[in-house]
Amino acid sequence: MMITRDGDWTKMFNRRAVVLGGVQAALITTLVGRMYYLQVIESDRYKMLAEGNRINVQLLPPPRGRILDRFGQPLAVNSQQFRVLVIPEQTPKVSDTLNALAGLIELADYERDRIKKDVGRHRSFVPITVKENLTWDEMARIQVNAPDLPGVVIDEGLTRDYPHKDQAAHLLGYVAPVDEEDLNGDPLLQLPGFRIGKAGVERLYDSVLRGQGGTSQVEVNAYGRVIRELERREGEPGADIMLTIDERVQTAAAQTIATQLPFEEQSAAINVMDIYTGEILAMVSSPGFDPQIFGRAPTPQEWKDLSSDARAPLTNKAIAGRYSPGSTFKPCVALAALEHGVIAPEQTIHCSGQTTLGSRTWYCWKKGGHGSVDMPTAITQSCDCYFYEVARRLGVDRIAAMAHKLGLGELTGIGLPGEQKGLIPTEAWKKAARGEPWQQGETLNVGIGQGQVNVTPIQLVTYVARVANGGLAVKPTLIRATASTAAAAAAVARDNTDGAPTAMNGLESLSIPPEHVEVVHRGMFGAVNSGGGTAARAALKLTDADKLDWKMAGKTGSSQTHGLKRAERALGERKTWDTVPWELRDHGLFIAFGPFHAPRYAISCIIEHGKAGVNAAVLVKPVMEAVLHLDPSRKPRVDEVAAAAPGQEGAL
Amino acid sequence: MKDLGFMSSRLRRGEMSFHEKLWQMSWSLVFWIACIFAIGFAMLYSAANGSVMPWAEPQLARFIVGLGILVGVAMIDIRILMRYAYVFYFAVMLLLIVVELRGAIGGGARRWIDLGIINLQPSELMKPAIVLALARYFHGLGIEEVGSPLSLLVPLALVFVPVPLIAIQPDLGTALVIVMASAGLFFMAGVRIWKFLAVGALGVIALPVAYYKVLHDYQRDRIRTFLNPESDPLGAGYHILQSKIALGSGGLFGKGFMAGTQSHLNFLPERQTDFIFTMLAEEFGMIGGLILLSLYCVVLIYGYAIAFRCRHQFGRLVAMGLTTTFFLYFFINIAMVMGLIPVVGVPLPMISYGGTALLTLMLCMGLLMNVFVHRDVQMAARGGFGDF
Repeated sequence: MMITRDGDWTKMFNRRAVVLGGVQAALITTLVGRMYYLQVIESDRYKMLAEGNRINVQLLPPPRGRILDRFGQPLAVNSQQFRVLVIPEQTPKVSDTLNALAGLIELADYERDRIKKDVGRHRSFVPITVKENLTWDEMARIQVNAPDLPGVVIDEGLTRDYPHKDQAAHLLGYVAPVDEEDLNGDPLLQLPGFRIGKAGVERLYDSVLRGQGGTSQVEVNAYGRVIRELERREGEPGADIMLTIDERVQTAAAQTIATQLPFEEQSAAINVMDIYTGEILAMVSSPGFDPQIFGRAPTPQEWKDLSSDARAPLTNKAIAGRYSPGSTFKPCVALAALEHGVIAPEQTIHCSGQTTLGSRTWYCWKKGGHGSVDMPTAITQSCDCYFYEVARRLGVDRIAAMAHKLGLGELTGIGLPGEQKGLIPTEAWKKAARGEPWQQGETLNVGIGQGQVNVTPIQLVTYVARVANGGLAVKPTLIRATASTAAAAAAVARDNTDGAPTAMNGLESLSIPPEHVEVVHRGMFGAVNSGGGTAARAALKLTDADKLDWKMAGKTGSSQTHGLKRAERALGERKTWDTVPWELRDHGLFIAFGPFHAPRYAISCIIEHGKAGVNAAVLVKPVMEAVLHLDPSRKPRVDEVAAAAPGQEGAL
Repeated sequence: MKDLGFMSSRLRRGEMSFHEKLWQMSWSLVFWIACIFAIGFAMLYSAANGSVMPWAEPQLARFIVGLGILVGVAMIDIRILMRYAYVFYFAVMLLLIVVELRGAIGGGARRWIDLGIINLQPSELMKPAIVLALARYFHGLGIEEVGSPLSLLVPLALVFVPVPLIAIQPDLGTALVIVMASAGLFFMAGVRIWKFLAVGALGVIALPVAYYKVLHDYQRDRIRTFLNPESDPLGAGYHILQSKIALGSGGLFGKGFMAGTQSHLNFLPERQTDFIFTMLAEEFGMIGGLILLSLYCVVLIYGYAIAFRCRHQFGRLVAMGLTTTFFLYFFINIAMVMGLIPVVGVPLPMISYGGTALLTLMLCMGLLMNVFVHRDVQMAARGGFGDF
């Protein structure tokens, strides 16, 4: 019985063992099938995913191109900076390390807070910036104490440096961290700490200066720690840009403003331009600012100082300041008058000190009047009554046409961000803008550059250049060459092959008869060089090697702000400027060109609330002397240090 | 296997000397086990980036101890094993309760008793204990008795009293292995198919209740993740996704020993324990995975062969129960790392780092060997040295 039972058991056991074994075999087959699916069929996909896991592509920021002046002198470069970093995982206690560091370098509370936050946000092997732009002393102190500062490292980086500091701040602009709205798909912009041009040339030519980012493929582990570099592709450094600026002229202009005006009245703009090539040799807006503070983000105090300054240091007055041209507009009115034959140059108009139209009276700036004046004299002495009459005869639209021809009331195309258009009123404009008909009295105001007329200093310099070059439609330009100093050298050599300006042939003529131009030139010459001229104080005393006197011609202008009424002024209150608050005083303007016997350079100058045009003329005088002396359009730089050894400052 | 006919009567009676028993052992099985362990040693060496510390060397020491256990257990008279099967079972039960009451907190789960030199994991010991207890119970039953539902109450109690204790530790993997291995044993003992179906149906009904009432949040997460692993690649789905990436990127031939990027750059979690198969398959590819799987199958085949060769029901059931347990270990682990089933913490047998699991496995292998050594021993119906 036991045997049969045992036999039954065995039979059933064997049957069931085979079933169980079959189930297990099937399951193992499933495993093999899954393995085949993952490791053979889907393998490529998972290989890619694994590589994606393992490999991180890091961008290498390219060094930014330099900005050079026309002779290769550096205007904006990359200088080495040192910063101190702390690696939390290598330091026993971050706050202790910071305390130790605070004994060596200055660490403000808000900086400590930021560091603490950064440490909390990143994995412990990520270096955290403690302080940037260390001085040599600070760096040395940290290096000496390095053994007591575990996890503290000093790192070299590049920072944008502007050797001329505030002297060309508006022109060059600055670089600053990327904002949300700047993101345009360039992955470089997403790099933490990357800076892009935010103003001036830095912004205008940002794409040229920026260059192409390189890449570094690194192997990372699951926590993002870099294990090793697999492949490195260097980027393309940003190209250098060569401006038309002559650093010496720029400095001269900036220093003239800084030294000749009282500090609190230093609110001015000067443009210097080649009248044939349109090359801007200097563009100064004062007061300036140190562009570097934007690269590192200004402190609250710095920001407050800049934004609350009544002199508007953040505005580039040279292109964005809008001023009534005042009497500097008169040459334009004169040319319009000659063009339309409303008066002959030698024909005189009597100035009694006032003009009446309807029930209103317009005054000349000179109490008692100029007597009978012809056109050159009217320009020389800036007789208002003469131009009231001429303007009345012309009508505003014909004046506006000439103004536009000469480049006023239009964007010059220089491209700098923030350039203003200004305004030259016409009858149609008033109708459209105000819905009112034009009044003839307004034409009289326009005739002396007042009323609705407003222009920018860059337009003024373009205008005086076009007058000076005899009516060629020159346009201001800032770029001499990109890429290399060699190109600059070639450009200089080209200019020196003969005395003739090369760009002349390419310029469109404005069809102003030479005899008209000559009349205006004569008037402007007188304004500076005759005893009765409004800018007689600014007459040059410059003689060249050939014993030839170098003279400048110019035209002053005062533009009313909201201060004194012209009528009040005419009633003997001209001596009271110093009692008027600064911000209520008239602007002083001056436009000039030289040398008179062979014009080449044009200058416009505006001093905000500078009381009178002659003050601007006095500022222009040393600048004109400098530019005539240096003659940067024709003469190579004597101390050719930078041109001979290009790339030294920016060498990376 | 040798048929030592001249001593067969003595073998049947189980009166072998120590020397004879050693001679009777299947040393080839020990060799295959050692082969599997050798792979594990190599993988632990790789997991530590080419160092025997901290995993490979301690594991080798445990394996040597485990070999001792294997041989020692194989030498015990099988009738003693049968006699004390229940005692062993209740002792492990007691340990489980102790763990429940005052077990050390470890890894978010109360699984260990700290014995000073070793962290004892009673849930692991329950695997052989339940096999022995069930085998002893069914050994005493006739076919007719197995057919009666009443006779199943005791074995069901044997299974379902410890399982909840283990599940709430929580150690779902071990609970699952025990239930499934027991089911296999029930099946081998002759329990009718329809009864399994009935219990299965009951289970399906109980499933939603278990899902919402019994399972922990992290366990529910794992199931959700299993159903849709890409839904949360950095959260709960991270492990399994990274494991699949590692496996898949290994391809047919693998990335080479110690060159697994996923494993060595820490994308793979727990590469020395639960996910060690992934690492093997990343570094040695599908070929490496198949070799290990084949070695496991060799052990399975030995298990079946031992069961078939055994002349008594107790031995057959013990052999089948242990073989099934062994199968479940590696099947669940490998299926888990390949994303076939949800993540459950089951180690890869003989390979994963961990003392208790390895020693328990060696104990199980020792029991299997014991059955082989005592395959011809005459066993009484109720165990012990009985009335034959």
